[in-house]
Amino acid sequence: MDTITTPSESTKAREQLDSVVIRFAGDSGDGMQLTGTQFTQSTALAGNDLATFPDFPAEIRAPAGTTFGVSGFQIHFASHNVMTPGDAPDVLVAMNPAALKVNIKDLKERGLLVVNSGAFTKGNLKKAGYESNPLEDDSLVGYRLLALDISKFTLAAVAEFELGTKAALRSKNMWTLGLLMWMFGRDREPTVAWLKHKFASKPEIAGANIAALNAGHIYGETAELPVGIGAYEVVKAKLEPGLYRNVTGNEATAWGMVAGADLAGLTPVLGSYPITPASSFLHAMSKLKEFGVVTFQAEDEIAAVCAAVGASWAGSLGITSTSGPGVALKTEAIGLAVVTELPLIILDVQRGGPSTGLPTKTEQSDLLQAMYGRNGDCPLAVVAAQSPGDCFYAAIEAIRISTKYMTPVMLLTDGYLANGAEPWRIPDLDKLEPFPVTFHTDPEGFHPYLRDPETFVRIWPKPGTPGLEHRLGGLEKHHDSGNISYDPDNHHKMTKVRAGKIANIANDLPEQTPCVGEASGDLAVVGWGSTYGSIYQAVTRARAAGHKVSHIHLRHLNPFPRNLGDLLRSFKKVIVPEMNNGMLSKILRSDFLIDAIGVNKIAGQPFKVGEIEQAISTHLEASK
Amino acid sequence: MTPPDTPQKLTRKDFASDQEVRWCPGCGDYAILAAVQRALPKLGVARENSVFISGIGCSSRFPYYMNTYGFHTIHGRAPALSTGVKLANPNLDIWMITGDGDGLSIGGNHLLHILRRNLNIQIILFNNRIYGLTKGQYSPTSLVGKKSPSTPMGSVDNPVVPAAFALGAGARFVSRAIDTDAKRLVPLLMKAHDYQGAGLIEVFQNCPVFNDGAFTHFSDRKTATETQLHLEHGKPMIFGAEKNKGLRLRPNSLQLEVVTIGEDGITEADILVHDQTNRAMAFLLAAMEPPTFPIALGVLYCDTSVGSFETAIHAQIEQAKQTRKPDLGALMRKGHTWVVE
Repeated sequence: MDTITTPSESTKAREQLDSVVIRFAGDSGDGMQLTGTQFTQSTALAGNDLATFPDFPAEIRAPAGTTFGVSGFQIHFASHNVMTPGDAPDVLVAMNPAALKVNIKDLKERGLLVVNSGAFTKGNLKKAGYESNPLEDDSLVGYRLLALDISKFTLAAVAEFELGTKAALRSKNMWTLGLLMWMFGRDREPTVAWLKHKFASKPEIAGANIAALNAGHIYGETAELPVGIGAYEVVKAKLEPGLYRNVTGNEATAWGMVAGADLAGLTPVLGSYPITPASSFLHAMSKLKEFGVVTFQAEDEIAAVCAAVGASWAGSLGITSTSGPGVALKTEAIGLAVVTELPLIILDVQRGGPSTGLPTKTEQSDLLQAMYGRNGDCPLAVVAAQSPGDCFYAAIEAIRISTKYMTPVMLLTDGYLANGAEPWRIPDLDKLEPFPVTFHTDPEGFHPYLRDPETFVRIWPKPGTPGLEHRLGGLEKHHDSGNISYDPDNHHKMTKVRAGKIANIANDLPEQTPCVGEASGDLAVVGWGSTYGSIYQAVTRARAAGHKVSHIHLRHLNPFPRNLGDLLRSFKKVIVPEMNNGMLSKILRSDFLIDAIGVNKIAGQPFKVGEIEQAISTHLEASK
Repeated sequence: MTPPDTPQKLTRKDFASDQEVRWCPGCGDYAILAAVQRALPKLGVARENSVFISGIGCSSRFPYYMNTYGFHTIHGRAPALSTGVKLANPNLDIWMITGDGDGLSIGGNHLLHILRRNLNIQIILFNNRIYGLTKGQYSPTSLVGKKSPSTPMGSVDNPVVPAAFALGAGARFVSRAIDTDAKRLVPLLMKAHDYQGAGLIEVFQNCPVFNDGAFTHFSDRKTATETQLHLEHGKPMIFGAEKNKGLRLRPNSLQLEVVTIGEDGITEADILVHDQTNRAMAFLLAAMEPPTFPIALGVLYCDTSVGSFETAIHAQIEQAKQTRKPDLGALMRKGHTWVVE
């Protein structure tokens, strides 16, 4: 664990700020994601609460200098609770003209604009579509502009390492990071340690990066900066006491899978196929072999889910991870797991669709696919995570439901949760309630579809158990023997049994309560998944303005908590912000016959708090 | 191979389930089922550890007729299901049942990968060169010109040769048999079982309803001695009613030819000896078909130098367990952490 040190070099008086949003933007080869991650780490260690939003192009290396090759990383940190990566940046760092062009429209009025003037060459300006140099005309007068030739400063700082111009210029992100760290009083030590570790085999690269980092910092300390630009301080946030770390959604999901499998007493077997933005979950699980985690990178999405179904049948916990296009491919095999009533976790890290869609952008448009995207009447349970750290608990809940009710569970996260990071209070694993699985072993009166008369949950017999030899498959099975049956009444009955089993899970879920506000009022804002932070903040602000608004956020999307219909009917109006064209709103309307109104954003970007605030006031206004 | 002593001697009947077998009368599948039920008691594997996994098609009904664990899965995906089962429990003895449509058409991708990975299971590929369950369409092994409901003027696409496909995919145990030749099929099943990897057995299986007589040109008992070459490792590749025909490499080429011992100065010493570890030769044998050549039956290729997939996967897990303590709490506390008071 690191001790939190206060930088002692700075002697200038620091202006106190409550919260700051910084966006780092540059070419996809400029190392903006690294810069953002390092700034995030040091900000967390400084005790601020924070949320991040990495936003990068689908191309690994888009043509340098173009607007579609711009990569961004936004961080929001504050002395109070932070739940979103922030609406509009207070500070924009633009490493080239293309980054400026793409991002300047978002920068707040009078916002601080740090640009690398060294990259504003004729060629780069042209590639970005600028006819004249914006640093030399009046187009940026509304901002506090700090134009520095970061390229030149970096070359000077790393000259002693004799790397050659191209390699030397790679350190300009570290120079920039150094300047920003000075500006916000961040400790450079963890970044220095990280650089030494990362470039352990290339000490000259480590040295150059550290030199650039320090040079940027010294520049801040010593240079005469324009009026209105200085050093700032954001005091520590008051968070719930405990031991904290930063965590991304995919990382937390992987740890949740290991914890959940352990609580069930099962070995996790992951079948997966690389797909953005779910791949880092596969990577994280592959590193957890010491926990007995079996990972199988299959030949395709179908093989991945089939292996997971096979593993569950054999008595392990079958898991498959993917994004929307992968779920589409897995559909038939998920149906097999539904009809054979086996546990199966399908992690869908949602991205923009349809088809290949927007691979690196976030969206919530797989809800209907998760609910209904299979042939036949094919119900399964659906659970959603609401923040990066919450992915841990959502994964455990998915496993609990899947193993207790012998059903596939769709676990919905999204690209924003998967890649976004937040400070996370490390859970005490001993406080998690175990839910051990019992395998059926008694041959007396055995058939594979023996089920609990109340919950309709069937037994779980696993191969290798003497006397329980049986055949399972995708053909309809007889209710009282498990043998193939084409009997019309039996099929009707079995369809009802499968539906009833999922519906009954509601009796095992906590009643839904609003996370902000009362259980009745003028307006309920209902959300699910990663919109949690934006809705929470927007509702909190609306309540501060005196409105009778509540925020209801759903963990369980199928089945819904049993009181949800009554709860929603206690409000005069219900709006449903979603990053899709209206999916939860559709289900709420059909399930409860209430007038749930969609507030939809389908831009591949999370909601801004302001957008939801706007929707709240519009709908309150309209009902006056 | 001698089966180990088992506390409880099982018989063929012990492996028959109570389900009525529902293949068409005269279907080659009956003979294969009988051969498997005859082979299993000899292997000394406990019934509860025997698993049959199939895809979709006539042959894929097979697991329902075996009194073992069985999974009738979805079309083409039996290799993927089998991989998950074997990774979850390597002690299970898996027999995968597939056909030419299931294994080489919709499931061709999975078959390729299970073979190259060398998962330790047995794969019985029922090749009848036709789609039976969907009523007679041509299959990827149907010969060019096959007239079927979907190809009324004859099929135009070139068929795949399963054994050559398997060898190309990197399979390390490739073998062939004829459905009704129980005398050879039973021991071949046992050899495939003995092999510690993906043991492929292609069975030429007659479909009397939609493709009757597809293999008569080499399966007919009357002419079998002239049209069948039964491979034995280390033995010269000789066939014929008078055991005087054999294979040799045509001089200055990479092609086989049939020669007659006693003609043109050919002696037995000129005949190639079957080496089941010779992959190049296996390709040549796989491609042979009457009338120019006899069909090669038995073990075409067997390479024991490589271990099985699940063994390697679990070895890595064991290695990780040796070097790192499985402590999730400690793992989560690694790296940069801070205390909020």
